[in-house]
Amino acid sequence: MESLSASLIGMGLAAAGFAGSGVGLGLVFGKTIEAIARQPGAESQVSKYLWIGAAFVEAIALYGLVIAFIIMGKG
Amino acid sequence: MFALTATAAATTAVHAAASSAPKMDPLHHFQVIKIIPISLFGIDLSISNSVLWMWIAMALAFFCFRFALRQPSIVPGRAQSLAEAGFQFIDDIVNETIGHDGKQFFPYIFTLFFTILFCNLTGLIPGSFTATSQIIVTGTFAMGVFIFSTLLGFYRHGAHFLHFFVPSGLPIALLPLMVPIEIISYLARPVSLSVRLFANMTAGHTLLAVLFFFTATLPWFGAWLPFGFTVIFTGVEIFIGLIQAYIFTILTCVYINDALHMH
Repeated sequence: MESLSASLIGMGLAAAGFAGSGVGLGLVFGKTIEAIARQPGAESQVSKYLWIGAAFVEAIALYGLVIAFIIMGKG
Repeated sequence: MFALTATAAATTAVHAAASSAPKMDPLHHFQVIKIIPISLFGIDLSISNSVLWMWIAMALAFFCFRFALRQPSIVPGRAQSLAEAGFQFIDDIVNETIGHDGKQFFPYIFTLFFTILFCNLTGLIPGSFTATSQIIVTGTFAMGVFIFSTLLGFYRHGAHFLHFFVPSGLPIALLPLMVPIEIISYLARPVSLSVRLFANMTAGHTLLAVLFFFTATLPWFGAWLPFGFTVIFTGVEIFIGLIQAYIFTILTCVYINDALHMH
């Protein structure tokens, strides 16, 4: 029983990694808006890298989800 | 094929009916169910729902392009414009990332993009199976890209390709530290490539399943809220499916470019 509760706590801790991804997404979008405000002509170029960067940052949060799944399989 | 789909749907229905009390099981629709068990020389070659939906996605991709280009004309119609836009899109990625000598890899990259895209998008049909939510599928794609780009690098540059792991302009004293880091980051490429796609697909569909569970179990005055969210998140999922196929493709181009031109 204790091992089950410990694995549940571990899964929750793995999900807490979403915080870092949230900070990253805020930075990515904030800086992009800043860049477009300064140089509106570069919007199409900047937004391409915006989506690539956003997908990378989101993927980091999902690694936490994968770790939670691994713990779920063990527990 | 429709008979097979009906069988798969019936199996899913039986599984759903087995648990009478509502119980949240958001990972239920990722279960691989064998439809036609085939065992050849001790190797499991069964036709599962994952295989079936990958076939359906491939057939859709094939027939969409066949339909769009059934009467190719100089002035394209609506369907042909769409097919040509997809063609142009991949061509731009290849040209921007690899350069002129990337043309020879265009068929590979085009096929990879549309395979992943159609697997992602068919997974959004209710009752279907997302082939890219299985890490063995994305891992196979990623290992293919990794092995291909590594062999290409050795083929083009010979043993000189090992210089890839030695960053230029670095003091000699730092080399024992930097070379293992470079090698590890190179070996992590297929892992991050496959896990990114797999985790994005799994997470999105799990979230949708949780929201649908809330919609089904809440009383009517509360159910509209998660139901509205499912509508929004289905849109987001279509977008994520596109973006993840794009990321996979562009990273493939980057890895091929690294192998061709080093840096």
